[in-house]
Amino acid sequence: MLTFLVFLPAFAAIVIFTLPRSEERQAKLMALAVTGVLLVLSLVLFAFFDRGEEGLQFVEKFRWIRAEAAGLDIHYFLGIDGLSLTMVILTTFLFTVAILISWNVDKRPKEYFAWLLLLETGVLGVFTAQDLILFFLFWEVELVPMYFLISVWGSGRKEYSAMKFVLFTLAGSALMLVGFLVLAFSAEPSTFDMQALQEADISNALLPLPAIFFLIFAAFAIKMPIVPLHTWLPDAHTDAPTAVSVILAGVLLKMGGYGMLRILIGIMPDTAQDYAVWLASLAAISIIYGAIVTLRQTDLKRLIAYSSVSHMGYVLLGIAALGHVGMTGATLQMFSHGIITGLLFVMVGMIYDRAHTRDVNELSGLAHVTPIIAVAMILAGLASLGLPTMSGFVAELMVFLGAFERFEVATILGVIGILLSAGYILWMVRRIMFGPKSERWAELPDATSWWEQVPMVAMLAVIIVVGIFPAVLIDVIDQAILPLAGKLV
Amino acid sequence: MLEDIDRIGPAIVVMVAAGLVLLADIVAPLVLGGHRREGDRGWLAFGVLAALAGAAVWAATLVLRDREAPAFSGTYSLDAFTTFFTFLFLGVAALVVLASADTVRKLRFQAEFWSLLLLATSGMMLLAGARDLMLIFIALELTSISQYVLVGILRDDRSSEAALKYVLLGAISSAVLLYGMAFLFGIAGTTKLVAPDGVLSIASVIAEGDPGTRAALIGAAVLLAAGFSFKVGLVPFHMWVPDIYEGAATPVAAFLSVGSKAAGFAVLLRIFHEGFGADSFIGSDWSNLFAAVAAVSMTVGNVIALRQTDMRRLLGYSSIAQAGNIAVGVAAISASDGGFGLGSSGVTFFLATYVFTNLGAFFAVIAISHHIGSFEIKDYAGMAKRAPLVAAALAFCFISLTGLPPTAGFWAKIYIFNAGIHSDLVWLVIVAVLNSAVSAYYYLRVVRHMYLDEAPAEGDIKISPMLAVALTTTVVGVLVVGLVPTFLIDAAERAVTALV
Repeated sequence: MLTFLVFLPAFAAIVIFTLPRSEERQAKLMALAVTGVLLVLSLVLFAFFDRGEEGLQFVEKFRWIRAEAAGLDIHYFLGIDGLSLTMVILTTFLFTVAILISWNVDKRPKEYFAWLLLLETGVLGVFTAQDLILFFLFWEVELVPMYFLISVWGSGRKEYSAMKFVLFTLAGSALMLVGFLVLAFSAEPSTFDMQALQEADISNALLPLPAIFFLIFAAFAIKMPIVPLHTWLPDAHTDAPTAVSVILAGVLLKMGGYGMLRILIGIMPDTAQDYAVWLASLAAISIIYGAIVTLRQTDLKRLIAYSSVSHMGYVLLGIAALGHVGMTGATLQMFSHGIITGLLFVMVGMIYDRAHTRDVNELSGLAHVTPIIAVAMILAGLASLGLPTMSGFVAELMVFLGAFERFEVATILGVIGILLSAGYILWMVRRIMFGPKSERWAELPDATSWWEQVPMVAMLAVIIVVGIFPAVLIDVIDQAILPLAGKLV
Repeated sequence: MLEDIDRIGPAIVVMVAAGLVLLADIVAPLVLGGHRREGDRGWLAFGVLAALAGAAVWAATLVLRDREAPAFSGTYSLDAFTTFFTFLFLGVAALVVLASADTVRKLRFQAEFWSLLLLATSGMMLLAGARDLMLIFIALELTSISQYVLVGILRDDRSSEAALKYVLLGAISSAVLLYGMAFLFGIAGTTKLVAPDGVLSIASVIAEGDPGTRAALIGAAVLLAAGFSFKVGLVPFHMWVPDIYEGAATPVAAFLSVGSKAAGFAVLLRIFHEGFGADSFIGSDWSNLFAAVAAVSMTVGNVIALRQTDMRRLLGYSSIAQAGNIAVGVAAISASDGGFGLGSSGVTFFLATYVFTNLGAFFAVIAISHHIGSFEIKDYAGMAKRAPLVAAALAFCFISLTGLPPTAGFWAKIYIFNAGIHSDLVWLVIVAVLNSAVSAYYYLRVVRHMYLDEAPAEGDIKISPMLAVALTTTVVGVLVVGLVPTFLIDAAERAVTALV
């Protein structure tokens, strides 16, 4: 089941690559069908997931690379628990949205959809892999598709941004590989199986445990991203095409948070306890710095990109809390932020398609001209600043409740971050939606096509449903976080 | 005696074929008419391939007939290690023949080209099994001298300059090597590297661990490492690589980049892991030596590659960096649970994947550059439209050289870095992985030019069927090993269990 889930997009991508160039429509329909099937599949998994039973479900495990003499006992090991399932649902949902809003891509559409599908395989693999090398393999798989997606279909300094993204990510994953190899070697017998490593005694590793911790942390810190390793993000987000920005902000950044929970806290909980203060401090810095820089942005996409830096800081704060409430809040924030930021990028994409500018200073009075876009954008903005009844509120509240016990200062700074985010969101919305009605934008068409309205409504629905009735997701998340928190006591 | 000759049969076949090719070239105009130096001797390539196939069959029968044993008083050893590299070298030669058949047809010295290629290959095959310093030197010189001439075979200014550089530097390195061998002979009293228990050999003398010999042994190790570092292109003996890759004909550069590298590292494994011994009293000394050389090679190779504008020089510096990666495996002296050296199996596995990957890259360069007449990277702009499959092949090989999945290079790096970790060389592995990240820049830069930029000229690029076959074989090899690396890993591990 999980193998089908992870590899179906890759097969579809290969098929699409081999289609003749004229069969554009076939390629698009195939891509949509595949992502739709995966979305349904993930909802089926959601329905059949046993929230009461601890541990991994839907496991597929068999020995893959048997070079045991070399200490390379690598398994093909896929499995999901509550944490993975949440991320998988987020991924399949956002990819379906991404395919929908890319419907009108006119430049080499066949390859565009093929690369998007390959990317989906990589990301789903990261969220379901339970073997360190398999995890690393899927982590690297996302690099080449992202490079092509940004550098071919992007805008602005796309080649520079794509290269920057690849180099930053590679540097992080390079260090992560060293951490994984040392970690696996320190277990007796040497293994890359994440579940086995959680039980293993790794105290006599080649490097001191904090060194291993921070080697692996480097990759996740670059991915999340955490200040000061975030400088790749604004460029990549701004210059990528809309759908890719949605995936980047909505899904790829979460790989960092997921990795931290699954690997750093799952396998090295004691080291995490020792260094939680550092993590919380970095989180606070990310939140405040990200928010302050956002206030200065005039390019809509860059604004949302920097707000992502700030919001992922909440995820790190929740993780640093190392408690049940905090980590659940972090996971919920990953899900919620993915959808909210995805929606924000979708809206900006719609505005840009019509107005051909993303400059806050130029856009004004759009609410009069494109009411549907305006309503959706305003709702997305309110969700982003954490308005109650929306998922962001629940997530951030849980993060603060969880973190306040141990890190009062960081939590207070985090709450101030909410203030700042209210500032930049409301300011942005006021400028572009409610300013004076401008002649220049009088003729802008509204979002009336089905492939624009469906994703908008769907995303808003999810945000509100999770906001009003978070238990629907928290039950699932708890299944994974409760045992994790138990280890930390 | 006959049995021993049987054991080096594959090498003999190749050598005899070298002579026959020259003979055929002389006889052909007498039989077929036409002048000696004119005419398309394209059919010679098929003769060469037949000879290589014959040698491969012989090598296979040697294994099936269970003939693996020491030969010629223990100076040559037919074992799993030898067989692995024999097949590797024959494969390299066959692929290079396929890829270069069209280029060679236009040369003035066609038969000589094939003959030299065969002689170099036979030298490499002997090197893989050589367990005696004298045999190593003879085989090495056979290979090297053939390669010196091959580099200059185009006979234009660049080739002649490259050949002269190669000869001079090669001669100096051979001299240094010989000096190191003399040291070893002086200490041990024999030129045999390993021998059965009770017989005097270099390994047995070193195993005794006489502290008085330590300084001399380290001196010998340094000299030998220096000599071989030249052959494989490690820093600080790497200066010839970019110049020779640029000056020689591209198929020759391809052959050099994988063939002499594989042969050089095979001998390094024999001399250091077998002869000097990983757990001898100087084990950590030469291990540290190679660790330092590896770290510097990777860094220098990658950093200078960033600034290259010529495809051949880029491949040259990439070659230096990859040699550094392989040297990490040489430095990794810890033994695995299976009783073989993890570092040696890492080197062997990496070499096998490197052969496919690098040959693929070179073949793609041959296909494109020989058509557009330029090796400048900026002239590769827009190749994705003009030669979609070739560009995809080049991009795929570069992705493998960076170490991204699903390619063979990904597993090669994981395996060899794992070997490094097991040998407590964590700092070296960190240098190596960061270098991999840096290398992504220049590999992706070429990919970017091919896929993103507009082509300055129009017209599709056609490549000859033989080159296409060679290119496809390498790319398929990289992909298959990338998806299912286990069989090659097993083969490499089995090969190095033969190393005492």
